[in-house]
Amino acid sequence: MTLLGKLSWDALPFYSVIAFIAAMVVVVAALLIAGIITWYWKWPYLWKHWFTTQDHKKIGMMYIILAFAMLARAFIEAMMMRAQQAFGLGAESAGYLPPEHFNQLFTTHGTLMIFFVAMPLLSGLINFVVPLQIGARDVAFPLVNLVSLWLTWAGGFLMMVSLVIGRFATGGWSGYPPFTELSLSPGVGVDYWIWALMLSGIGTTLTGINFVTTIWKMRAPGMTLMRMPLFCWTSLCTALLMIYALPPLTVATGLLALDRYAGFHFFTNDAGGNVMHYANLFWLFGHPEVYILILPAFGVFSEVISTFSGKKLFGYTSLVYATMCIAVLSFTVWLHHFFTMGGTADVNAFFGIMTMVIAVPTGVKIFDWLLTMWGGRIRLTVPMLYSLAFIVTFVLGGVSGVLLAIPPVDYMVHNTLFLVAHFHNMLIPGTLFGMFAGIHYWFPKATGFRLDEKWGRRAFWFWVSGFYVAFMPLYILGLMGMPRRMVTYEVEAWQAWLIAAAIGAILIGLGIACMFIMLYVSIRDRGRLQDVTGDPWDGRTLEWSITSPPPEWNFDEVPVVTRRDEWWYRKQNGEMQQKSEDPGDYEPIDVPKWSLIGPSLGMVGTAFGFAMVWHVWWLAILTGGILVSMMIGRAFVKDRERAIHTEIIAQHARLWNMAQRGEHP
Amino acid sequence: MPLIDTAGPVAEANRDLMFIALGLMAVVVIPVFILTALVLLRYRAGHEHGKYRPEWNFSGWLEALIWGIPALIIVALGVFLWNGTHRLDPYSPLPASSPPLEVQVIGLDWKWLFLYPEQQIASVDRLVFPADRPIALSLTTDANMMSFFIPRLGSQIYAMAGMETKLHLAADGNGTFLGRNTQFNGIGFSRQHFDAMAVGEDDFAAFVDKAKAREPLSSARYRQLALPSVLEEPEIYGGYPGDHFRQVMMKYKNEVPTPDRPDENALSTEDDIGSVDGSGHPAFSVEEEAPVDRGDGPITVSGPQKGRKIEPDVEEASE
Repeated sequence: MTLLGKLSWDALPFYSVIAFIAAMVVVVAALLIAGIITWYWKWPYLWKHWFTTQDHKKIGMMYIILAFAMLARAFIEAMMMRAQQAFGLGAESAGYLPPEHFNQLFTTHGTLMIFFVAMPLLSGLINFVVPLQIGARDVAFPLVNLVSLWLTWAGGFLMMVSLVIGRFATGGWSGYPPFTELSLSPGVGVDYWIWALMLSGIGTTLTGINFVTTIWKMRAPGMTLMRMPLFCWTSLCTALLMIYALPPLTVATGLLALDRYAGFHFFTNDAGGNVMHYANLFWLFGHPEVYILILPAFGVFSEVISTFSGKKLFGYTSLVYATMCIAVLSFTVWLHHFFTMGGTADVNAFFGIMTMVIAVPTGVKIFDWLLTMWGGRIRLTVPMLYSLAFIVTFVLGGVSGVLLAIPPVDYMVHNTLFLVAHFHNMLIPGTLFGMFAGIHYWFPKATGFRLDEKWGRRAFWFWVSGFYVAFMPLYILGLMGMPRRMVTYEVEAWQAWLIAAAIGAILIGLGIACMFIMLYVSIRDRGRLQDVTGDPWDGRTLEWSITSPPPEWNFDEVPVVTRRDEWWYRKQNGEMQQKSEDPGDYEPIDVPKWSLIGPSLGMVGTAFGFAMVWHVWWLAILTGGILVSMMIGRAFVKDRERAIHTEIIAQHARLWNMAQRGEHP
Repeated sequence: MPLIDTAGPVAEANRDLMFIALGLMAVVVIPVFILTALVLLRYRAGHEHGKYRPEWNFSGWLEALIWGIPALIIVALGVFLWNGTHRLDPYSPLPASSPPLEVQVIGLDWKWLFLYPEQQIASVDRLVFPADRPIALSLTTDANMMSFFIPRLGSQIYAMAGMETKLHLAADGNGTFLGRNTQFNGIGFSRQHFDAMAVGEDDFAAFVDKAKAREPLSSARYRQLALPSVLEEPEIYGGYPGDHFRQVMMKYKNEVPTPDRPDENALSTEDDIGSVDGSGHPAFSVEEEAPVDRGDGPITVSGPQKGRKIEPDVEEASE
């Protein structure tokens, strides 16, 4: 045992040019960002107003920033894989990537996209929107919220560190043993995977607890459950799923860690270990996880379609029940991930039917959205375009999903690119388009100006066309019998389709580029895109009844809710009375102070994960001790809140009044 | 497309089930597409052709329809699914006039070993069987989990160390089909494929005779095969040691011998499979062994599996 554990010069990425370039990009980018912040000396500002803030709106934005950074990396990896497969015809060393590097790429791509792109996007949106929609001043546990954010960042940091120091796992995002056991994956890659998931998984579980409590306990007076906007409903179900689904993942990765670190035999081939236990635990998490990813998007589409059709949501009750059905059923289908493991026909048929049953509530939702548009006045804004593309595309994904649910069909296409096409067909229109629509929709609420429509549309068209060109060929390749995760292949007929898929990936890349241009253009032209009313889309729910960006305390007065679509009703009936400008009419509002516990936990957590990965035991014990003492220490901090004075609230109310009268403040 | 252009009854039945499901789902899917287009044509702001009804949000009969029709389709699909899953259970033998050909399959890192218990022959990366007889496969691995799949013949099944899974397949006629492992298992994964050859009864007998004339698979050779590597050419052997399949499977069971139940599963006893070099070293060991560098220019692959090699095999192997 040495001071630095397994860490040595060999950990540096000098083994391949591509790995070295990737590592340099990370290092240079990190230095550049740090340099720019230092040049303008924004550290105190960032520390006090962003890193340590317990404001749910800023926490939401920081999640989304993490997601886009990780999306950029995960997309580059997808591009590299598509390029490799486009040129990968040949028995060996075809293409430009060695197998080991390719295997790392699909592992990091999957891990990043699921845990560090999709999850932060939805956590971010839920964080920003839900308290505003239910008329709450904050979430139930603001500090826990900050800690969740930083634990997610810690996982993300660890993923980035793995690019520079050591290598990542090669066993796929699902990390199936026995391949990920020490005997077959002796490097540190699987350990990086375990600790990145562990850190972000704890964060996600806490987020789930936080939002179930927030939605359950913090709704404004009159906001009964059946008056909540649909996004709150889907967020509630998502948060419940987080609470119940993440623990099996933590247990599965924890047991795998015990196998690897302490010589246990939970999932090894020998000594009584059994890989089937892992499959059960992992998919007991993994299947509800896909609904964690998709339900918030369903909520976004409900809000967007109703707003831009200028119409009440059709079948609100149906949509709520359908959401709950999906959430419950998501726990009854995990076995469909291993129909081919030799289960009996009874077991396979049962889980197949349970899986297909989910298609019913999902179908209901699709029709409810279409009927919401029926009789409306549809404004084809960017969020609406994403919603329409989602409806058409998601239905195709659903069809392939039902096919996969039929065990005899699964026996044919399991582990092939058909499956890869299916889940990208669900997650890109389902999660990503939903989150993009949501970001476009709520962006003016967060910043006070809209995103540029022209570049938004360009991004949309590249994304949608790119999606079809990239993933429809994969269905065909799946039916041609091509397995997933192949670095090279010897069937000539596959190559043309793989080249098409690579072209699709390029189109998606252009879509992502347009998004970054859109962001730049929007910030540059923020004067032209400014929204002073706080209600740029003629919205329906409470978040549009306050200024943009909202004040730290969200609502000057806690609103009293009398019906669904409260804000729309008030506008229709002229009940948007001016607010009082007299400080005497307000109560001081307590908001949480900034806290260094969040970023400190994140940084120490990253160090702990790093120490565990490299077996640097003294550092692991030290950082583990710091983590525990910080949590205990926090319990002794008494001075946690500061009051917002009534003058400030009254002043803010005056601004709102002016905006409603159409005066520029 | 191999999965559409099937070459065996199992694959054909699986595929037909897929088409039935697609047909049934079209009942819901096509209205969605039509409705989407219609909604956009009628209710786009600026070009409205329909009446604006901002308060319309419920209709009992529409609700009944959108819950009812998908539910009915799922009931119908469920019936097909239940019957199909039972009829096409990989474990149930296929109906045939002649008894199936038994083949035991052992997945090794990046190759497949086939044992023919009746014929007492073995082959690596080549499965030969009579076209007019179904095959009954028993599968396990001596390495990672793998998934055994011959796309044009039908169902795939996992093979796992210490466990036995079963699969029944058949071919419609003579032909050579690509078979694969589809479960990722390391750097040689892409190259883990084999030829599945359905041949006439006479050709099969000729294949068996030819194989019989060859050397049996020695324990030493098996140990080499079990190391991670890719074979350039299939290999054929005129025999194999003992009940090799069960031996491989049992070596992972690690059951503790007790006085009343002697060590019957231990593999390391000489009488089962023999000592390799007479040194008394067990022919099988759970411990992973150092890779053997046979000095014929292996391709070393870097990475966490450092030291593992994809080795071109230079032994005579024809057919």
